[in-house]
Amino acid sequence: MSEPVPITINVNGRKRSAMVEPRLLLVHFLRESLNLTGTHVGCDTSQCGACTVLLDGSSAKSCTVFAVQADGSEVQTIEGLADGDELHPLQDGFWEEHGLQCGYCTPGMIMSAVNLLEENPAPSEAEIREGISGNLCRCTGYQHIVNAIQHAAERMAQS
Amino acid sequence: MIPTAFEYRRAGSVAEALSLLQEGGPEAKLLAGGHSLIPMMKQRLAEPGLLIDIGGLDELRGIQEDGGEIAIGAAMTHAEIAASDLLRAQAPIVAETAANIGDAQVRNRGTIGGSLAHADPGADLPAVMVALDATIALLGPNGERKVQAEDFFQDILTVDLAEDEIVTGVCFQACRSAAYAKLEQRASKFALVGVAAALSLDGGTCSSARVAVTGASSHAQRLSGVEGALAGASLPDGAASAASGAGDALDFVNEDLHGSEEYRRAMTAVFARRAIEAAAGRS
Repeated sequence: MSEPVPITINVNGRKRSAMVEPRLLLVHFLRESLNLTGTHVGCDTSQCGACTVLLDGSSAKSCTVFAVQADGSEVQTIEGLADGDELHPLQDGFWEEHGLQCGYCTPGMIMSAVNLLEENPAPSEAEIREGISGNLCRCTGYQHIVNAIQHAAERMAQS
Repeated sequence: MIPTAFEYRRAGSVAEALSLLQEGGPEAKLLAGGHSLIPMMKQRLAEPGLLIDIGGLDELRGIQEDGGEIAIGAAMTHAEIAASDLLRAQAPIVAETAANIGDAQVRNRGTIGGSLAHADPGADLPAVMVALDATIALLGPNGERKVQAEDFFQDILTVDLAEDEIVTGVCFQACRSAAYAKLEQRASKFALVGVAAALSLDGGTCSSARVAVTGASSHAQRLSGVEGALAGASLPDGAASAASGAGDALDFVNEDLHGSEEYRRAMTAVFARRAIEAAAGRS
């Protein structure tokens, strides 16, 4: 009834093909089939955003997408953000502004912020808070995350 | 959490999706954004044997205006609806409501057709569609069927949609003087109470109105008492009085840890007033 089906997903610029059960969630495909464990499973109920990736350029909770739905799509994960040794401005912002404590929410938080800055390169503080409202952090109280995203927005505006 | 096993088929056209639906019978479910269905499948509240993916079908996409009538394809995401210049200009209530659903990730995947077909009692768009007197377009083995939004929503998670039918889109008349106001559950952004008001205005006087509530009751429905009280009312001053009985007139009101029945009834009047005032301010 649920024979494995072939899928090909472009993950971080590289085509990855596999046979998957239709019920395999995208997050498990990334973590377990591709060993890309930067994308985290948090709540597993579509709420916390720790599993956020970019699916065809838009942020998505990969615990709420079947891998088969992403067949033929492009996925970007936290592993695909840096350019060699050079951190993406958002990764740098989280480093410089201490935008994390335990770090569990960070990959998803950064991918949501990438989506936000793509749509709105100069967001207000309120817009940043709304933009990351699909991502929960239980450590920071969010202030340093907001600072980190502002840091990145400024740096990206200069470059 | 892992759903029960199912067969997955990606439909290449609406016609193919319809025939797959017939083939699959009661075991089959349509999948577009999946943001209502997949969480339910993970909790095994839904265990379909066949998922028919219609998310990428061009036939179900697009936002168009023709002679004052606006049509939105069922597979349009909340993010696309929120970003539509056409809707922002001609039916801002729809774009604004979509912009305030859930969070960015949910809006990037969730679709209007899915939201309407699922009919969560706390979903925002059903109330807006009822207030705009929208028509829901359905396609089944016997062709197209059109249902007024107020008849489409029947009970909790229950709509006038047969197992072998697909929601293909919605259409409604362009309307600027309409607004939606909600008391939201802060984490999920579902409406504890949400009211949509669409007004016909003659200067500061309301000639007729359609007002609908979601969140408060089992399903989105008209607040006919408020509509009657608005006819001939001068706005915005008359909004509070027209809205005052809104909550008390509801037959059934939800009650949960986020709000008692009494609270939801009281907030229905408050958010009806806010929606009416915002709509009147648009004229």
